[in-house]
Amino acid sequence: MSPVTTTAPLATYLVRHADDNLIIGQRLAEYISEAPELEEDLAIGNLSLDHIGVAMHLYQYAASLGGAGITADTLAFLRTEREFSNVLLVEQPHVGFGDVIARQFFFAAYQTLLWEALVSSCDETLSGIAAKALKEATYHLRHASGWVVRLGDGTDESHTRMQAAVDGFWRFTGELFESDALVDEMVLAGIGVDPARLQTTWETRVSTVLSEATLTHPSDPYQATGGRTGMHTEHLGYLLAEMQWMQRTFPNMEW
Amino acid sequence: MQTTAGEIRFQELIDADEKVEPRDWMPDGYRKTLIRQIAQHAHSEVIGMQPEANWITRAPTLQRKMTLIAKVQDEAGHGLYLYSAAETLGISRDEMQQLLHDGKQKYSSIFNYPTLSWADMGTIGWLVDGAAIVNQIALQRTSYGPYARAMVKICKEESFHARQGYSILLALSRGTEEQRAMLQDSIDRWWWPALMMFGPHDSDSANTPQSIEWKIKRVTNDELRQLYIDQTVPQAHYLGCTVPDPDLRFDVDTGHWSIGLIDWDEFWDTVKGNGRLNRERITHKVKAWDDGAWVREAATAYAHKQRTELEKTA
Ligand SMILES: [Fe+2]
Ligand SMILES: [Fe+2]
Repeated sequence: MSPVTTTAPLATYLVRHADDNLIIGQRLAEYISEAPELEEDLAIGNLSLDHIGVAMHLYQYAASLGGAGITADTLAFLRTEREFSNVLLVEQPHVGFGDVIARQFFFAAYQTLLWEALVSSCDETLSGIAAKALKEATYHLRHASGWVVRLGDGTDESHTRMQAAVDGFWRFTGELFESDALVDEMVLAGIGVDPARLQTTWETRVSTVLSEATLTHPSDPYQATGGRTGMHTEHLGYLLAEMQWMQRTFPNMEW
Repeated sequence: MQTTAGEIRFQELIDADEKVEPRDWMPDGYRKTLIRQIAQHAHSEVIGMQPEANWITRAPTLQRKMTLIAKVQDEAGHGLYLYSAAETLGISRDEMQQLLHDGKQKYSSIFNYPTLSWADMGTIGWLVDGAAIVNQIALQRTSYGPYARAMVKICKEESFHARQGYSILLALSRGTEEQRAMLQDSIDRWWWPALMMFGPHDSDSANTPQSIEWKIKRVTNDELRQLYIDQTVPQAHYLGCTVPDPDLRFDVDTGHWSIGLIDWDEFWDTVKGNGRLNRERITHKVKAWDDGAWVREAATAYAHKQRTELEKTA
């Protein structure tokens, strides 16, 4: 069987961000046709498309650095849970619209800062991908923030539901800002960004929106970790089982 | 009975092949027929999202996944566009939606069939969007202006969908034996339902004569169906596939493909609500709507608060 994954440090770095985007894109895709109104079905579809598009570009770039036989699709469809390196936040399932928005809000607030920093990457391809993704993430953040405020400051019921949603995802936000040896290497090479550097601004932006939404800032001291090393929650396996079903059932075919 | 200026004007527009616009006088029956037809069309776009959304999360490649999401998104857009066209006739989107949920307005029966393999994403694009195009090209000349204009806009995207669908099928036709079997099975399941999309035979279609007279409908069901069969059969053959009709033959005298008997019992059963997935489709739709109630209420409450704030500061 042909190799499915890459090992070069830059490729690994690209794949981790691609995984973040693919997995949240897949989660959003699950929600299409279930939104509270038609306009939101359209918006959710847009978000999903943007994320999967970014993932595809990053995978393609990573694949071009790897060995023969590696493609964006082998990276997406033929790796296992332990090989996926996305943060835990993006693989978390949602129950309703409040969850979809809370997850998106935390993640978009992070991604706007990430892409903004990666625009100055000395790697031109990555910088190009970041520039396009930044525009999209900026819209994602505006969309999600708008809903956090409307739902937080809407009715008593929506306030309660939105509070529960942000509380529920909070423990997965700390991981967004973790560094490791690979990050250090990428920073040193002028290619990557240290996410720890983004946390203060993220915290300020998130707090501003939460208080405008009359929501209480979550205070759960427990922060989950492990996604970057493939130590996922139990949810990812099911997501992959569904997403990879065709490629696993009908291997080595063109579609 | 006296003829009013409005009636005369309406008939003049129809006779001159000009468009009737929302502010023009129109017969009650004309308005009602259009509301029913446009609402049904809008509902079809929206319910039609479900059978395709069923495969988004399982699409076999990233590119196919993205194309499918974009297509489903287009259908949501078509729904919005058509609801707006219907609203110009004096009915609200919420009212239409309620009628759909209560089973008082219909949607195209084709969406009551299940999507059981990836090949169905190709077949739906090719056969179902393909049938929609044949229908909608004729409707571009419909007499009601907002509907005609909606059709022009929508048709462009539909032909894109049909091409994408066919490209999925082409890939299967060039693939392995398993893929070709998947393809043939899909065509076998969708062929007859697709032909039924054009509605009953002209001889059994109660609304056709009046609709033709009002130029809402420009071409009859049977004429459209024949046009569709003639263009579609060779495309099936090009895929190396057959259509599931032992009576299918090419009539050299007429230059048309002639088909066997359509199973109208199945058609009417499905229209009456007893198709494969009628209940599931509506249940899904109603559930999404009910689950979203708190969101819509919150948005309204928030907008109200904002307005009140603004008035205070003004
Ligand atoms: Fe459509
Ligand atoms: Fe379509």
